[in-house]
Amino acid sequence: MVATVLWVYVGSVLWSMRISVSSSRTLPIADFVGARQYIRLFDTERWTLSLQNMALFGVLFIVGCLAVGFLLAVFVDQRVRGEGVLRTIFLYPYAMSFVATGLVWQWMLNPELGLQATVRGWGFANFTFDWIVRQETVMYAITIAAVWQASGLVMALMLAGLRGIDESLWMAARIDGIPPWRVYASIVLPMLGPSFGTAFVLLSVSVVKVFDVVVAMTQGGPGLASEVPAKFIIDNLLVRANIGLASAASTVLLLTVLVLLAPWFYARAHASRRGERVARTLRASDARGTAL
Amino acid sequence: MNDKITRLALAVALALGAAAGAHAQAQPNRAEVLHWWTSGGESAAVKELANAYTAAGGTWVDAAVAGGEQARAEAINRMVGGKPPTASQFNTSKQFLDLVDQGMLNNVDVVAAKNDWDRILPAPILSSIKIRGHFYAVPVDIHMPAWFWYSKAAFAKAGIAAEPKTPDEFFADLDRLKAAGIVPLAFGGQPWQEKITFYAWLAHVGGPDMYMKLYRDKDTAMVASPQFKALLASFKRLHNYVDAGSPNRNWNDATAMVISGKAGVQIMGDWAKGEFAAAHQTAGKEFGCFPGFGPKSPYLVAGDVFVFPKISDPAQVRSQQLLATVFTSPATQVAFSSKKGSIPIRTDVDLKGLDLCAQMGVNIMKDVSRQLPTPEMLITPDLEGSLQDVITKYWNTTESADDAAKAIAAALKNG
Repeated sequence: MVATVLWVYVGSVLWSMRISVSSSRTLPIADFVGARQYIRLFDTERWTLSLQNMALFGVLFIVGCLAVGFLLAVFVDQRVRGEGVLRTIFLYPYAMSFVATGLVWQWMLNPELGLQATVRGWGFANFTFDWIVRQETVMYAITIAAVWQASGLVMALMLAGLRGIDESLWMAARIDGIPPWRVYASIVLPMLGPSFGTAFVLLSVSVVKVFDVVVAMTQGGPGLASEVPAKFIIDNLLVRANIGLASAASTVLLLTVLVLLAPWFYARAHASRRGERVARTLRASDARGTAL
Repeated sequence: MNDKITRLALAVALALGAAAGAHAQAQPNRAEVLHWWTSGGESAAVKELANAYTAAGGTWVDAAVAGGEQARAEAINRMVGGKPPTASQFNTSKQFLDLVDQGMLNNVDVVAAKNDWDRILPAPILSSIKIRGHFYAVPVDIHMPAWFWYSKAAFAKAGIAAEPKTPDEFFADLDRLKAAGIVPLAFGGQPWQEKITFYAWLAHVGGPDMYMKLYRDKDTAMVASPQFKALLASFKRLHNYVDAGSPNRNWNDATAMVISGKAGVQIMGDWAKGEFAAAHQTAGKEFGCFPGFGPKSPYLVAGDVFVFPKISDPAQVRSQQLLATVFTSPATQVAFSSKKGSIPIRTDVDLKGLDLCAQMGVNIMKDVSRQLPTPEMLITPDLEGSLQDVITKYWNTTESADDAAKAIAAALKNG
């Protein structure tokens, strides 16, 4: 089992890294060209643009999903009627393939077919909503659709967290006359830390591999305005017969993820070390207590 | 999703292969043919190839994989994995050059010599399939990616009497269409469509000489010249005539705009004919076609080929040679092209089965000086992709022609 896992995961990562320092085009070649593919990669405007787009998308998408997901969870947690139905509706976008729903979003946001055309048809001739066809705004249009899709998942995670909060806390707050929003902000939110952590990691992973939403909605356009790294890799791997460059790009992406995750791992390791230290101190004082 | 399709296709192909393997002895000249012709018109066309092969005493095993990229990836994976199909589709281009270099293909020199391919095939196709004196692929069709398709109704409404003969007349017509409240240019703003519009503009307006200097000679001095920058500027001028909904529009949705008369002209390959046919429109009646400006306009030659993976089994080699013979015979060529919307690879065929635009194409092909290879035949997919990135950026942003020319020169140096 361990051998298989090592072979499949670590092995394929190492293999990609090996290819990234070769001159491979259609087929893998075992020569060595040093950092040439990497130099070319960062000379390529489309790649640097893809990284910028991913960063912008990442921040907006994660903040958006956490905010919308949390609010949805709070809403569903009010013991509203038809909770089951609402939960399903909110979670449904996540269950559907974005290849299908992305097409609907593409039509809706298209200025000639969708929202803009409809509202103009109602008589508001100056109404403009053409984010998806404009260079500066297309990433925001994509973020809206992506938040719509993923916030249901965040809601489910948050809802589980909310349900885990003891009823007695709420009763105590009510007796003290604390308004509910205050309870959410000062007590519930901090208690949901682990749920936020889980959601954050899941969302981060989907930011790095974001692909289907872009392909379904814009195919990276208009121009290069919504290109993302995963699409760059797939294009070079399959269409452009350039697996050397594609491997270099995926290696950079992997390193980026590791760099981003390193602080988190460090914080966790630090926290558990601190936990151990506290435990040691307690044991020590315990021992002293026994001695006394 | 693409990945899923590939995997599914792989499973199907393996199952087919296993099932067929068991019967291999009973089937004479068994040929497993991997291709990506899956749409309605395309599968009707590939059926013509299968029928011709069966009639010649072969057994056709169809291995269709949806999507050109997926099909080519699948073919390469199977070759690397040691279980290649008998024949596999590629575009008439440099896509299979790496496979030749790695010694992974059989040549069909015997068939080529017997049928005198050197004489009957157009030069652009020969330059793609004949590598270091050996024939590594069999061409099956010619597609011309840069036709102009226009709605006769829209032209009449705008008061345009004749097809434009020069780029200036074309711009004047676009202005007339705009004034008549019609979308002048039906445009699908996806990078590959922007790219072929650029090819078309470079070939028709810049001229074959400038075209070959860019794609064949990779001449950076030409790219820096004022003439080339003027060409870039005139290409960008077309952007004034597209509608706001053009970004990421599919090519067939743009064709539909011409079919309905909502738009005037579309610059697109001859596969667009399939859309007109599906809407029951006839060339010369509801819509018109012209391959460029004036009587000497260049004709871009693209198309599909089949390559033959390296197999040593003599029975399979015989099947490969039979496929090559059948695919290129005049009767198969006409039957196939009339369904596919392409034109035959040879001009010594009966034109009666072909539509008006295809007949025009075959007659143009007889004038060797008008033939021009597509960029895919001259440059690697890698360089082509880099150039596509430059073109799509230039088309969609306010980048200057100077900067675009610099970016093209940089891409040429890298490729």
